[in-house]
Formats: sequence, structure tokens, C-alpha cells
Amino acid sequence: MVRTLLIRGMLCGLLAGLLVFGFAKVFGEPQVDSAIAFESAMDEAKVKADAAKGIHDMQAPELVSRPVQASWGLLTGVMVYSTAFGGLFALVFAFANGRVSSSLSPRTVAALLALTGIVAVYVVPNLKYPANPPSVGHPDTIGIRTQLYFTMMALSIAAMVGAAVLRKRLAPKHGVWSAALFATAFYVVVVAIVAALMPPINEVPADFPAVVLWHFRIDSFAMQVIMWATLGLVFGAVTERAAQARNGYRLGGPMGAAWR
Amino acid sequence: MSNTTIGSDIGTDIASAPIPVREVLPWLIFGLVMLLAIYFVGAEEGATSIIKGMYVHEFVHDGRHLLGFPCH
Repeated sequence: MVRTLLIRGMLCGLLAGLLVFGFAKVFGEPQVDSAIAFESAMDEAKVKADAAKGIHDMQAPELVSRPVQASWGLLTGVMVYSTAFGGLFALVFAFANGRVSSSLSPRTVAALLALTGIVAVYVVPNLKYPANPPSVGHPDTIGIRTQLYFTMMALSIAAMVGAAVLRKRLAPKHGVWSAALFATAFYVVVVAIVAALMPPINEVPADFPAVVLWHFRIDSFAMQVIMWATLGLVFGAVTERAAQARNGYRLGGPMGAAWR
Repeated sequence: MSNTTIGSDIGTDIASAPIPVREVLPWLIFGLVMLLAIYFVGAEEGATSIIKGMYVHEFVHDGRHLLGFPCH
């Protein structure tokens, strides 16, 4: 059962990855190129200024060409990421289905899982530490920036798990609606406090084009929406169908589901 | 044919019985594999490094930026 779910999740992730890659290729890459053009212009200006002072800068050799980064590299990164998230999604679903609530069908559980997943894993961590195009961010601070980003993500996921537990505990006494509102409020307050306490990072160069930054972040957000929506809806639809087929079989043949 | 179509449109609206925890647990090892895969896309040869050199970082560079991970 878990094996089936895991394979299904990874296949849905693979499909999601193709869609995300298509979007990233068409909409995201031009922003990356603009950012790199800005970076190159800054580097050239620096080399010229240093040469005038008699210093000769060494250019780092290019390990992977831009066309490869923007095609096979992007495809690989997105596919690995999506497939891995598909697998993780399936494992969480295997645990959550039937436990979140005794009255939600598999596709509803999958959709709710995708919604809470994107909020906990991407939206909230990115409200504090937004996605940045190349040339935004000092190479020297990569260590601390990575630590802070993953800490924010881990605390956000922990708060979401806490909210889910809280919702389930409160539901029998206060009803599902109030329980869901309490749980949402709990999550929002916890992540707001965490975000307020964590140190800010602002390394956007003063003259970096704001429009490029905005488009880059919107495209990054859209890629996540495409991935999580595909995971939640396709995985949910397939699992719902499989559950129907099983129930139908138990009730006596393939017509069982329709008769019930 | 029409009956099954109606069935799938309405959905079951009935929760499946939960899978016992002891059945789910062994599969969590795959969860670790997934996390390692995400690590390679998101952070390898940036903040930390398992493999020497910068090839993995440079290869997945665009994806890393667009997927929201901190990069150089």
C-alpha cells in the first residue's frame, strides 16, 4: 500500500517537474539572464576600475556553460526536486490519510496536504527570506543565509504539524470550523513571532533592477504553485479512483461504487 | 459505463482506514533519500559540500535560484 503510494507520488512529482520546467524555461530564465547581465556589467566595471589602478583581476573559469545551466541543468534540478517532493508528499499522505479526519476522502486529504505543504515549505520561509536571482547575495554570507533559510523552513513545518495536531484535538469539542480557525491562528502567530525574531537579510545591490527582482520572485512562486497543485490534485484524483475501485470490489464487483 | 462515470464524479466522500503506523515507518528510509536529493539540488557545494569541486552547484545553478534556495 505504502509502496504504491510512494511510486504514485514520485510519478506525480515527475509530471509536476515537467510542467514546472516548462514554466521556468519560458518565464524564469529571461529573469535569470537579466540578473546575470547585471552581474557581468558590474564585474566588467570592477575589472576596468582595478585595471586603471594597476590591479589585474583573475576571471574564474566557467565550469558549466550558460546554455547547459539553462537547459539540462535546470531540467535536472527541477526534476530531482519535484520527484523528491512527490515521494515525500506520498509518505506524509500515507500517514495523514484517515488520520487527519475520519470524514475526508483521499482527494480532499491530498488537496489539503498540498495547500498546507506549500504554505509551510515555501510561502512562509520565502516571506522572510525571499528567492533571489543571481548577483543578489554576497558569496561570503552563503553559509549563514542557508542556515537561516533552512531554520525558518524547519520551524514553519514544525508549527504546521503543531497546528494540525491542535486542530484534531479541538475538533470534537469545538467543531471543525472553530478548530480549523484556532489551528490557523496558532500557525500564523507562531511563524510571525519566529520571523520577527530571526535576523533580516538584505543584500540586494542598490541599483539592481526592481522589475527583474519582482518578476523573478513571482516566477519562483508560480513554479511552486504549479508543483504543489499538480501533486495535490493529480495524486488525489488517482488515489480517489483507486479507493473507489477497492470499495466497489468489496461491495461486489466493479459496479459497487456506483450502487452504493 | 455511465454508472462508473457518475461514481467518479461524485467521489467516495468516505475516508479510507488509516494505514497502520508500523507499515508506514519502514518506508521513511525513502524519505531520507528524498531529503538527500533535495539537499543536492538546494545546498550542495554552496554552504556545505559532500563532493569536491563546484560542478553540482554550477550544473543545477538556475534551478537552485528559481526554487528559492540561497545561492552565491
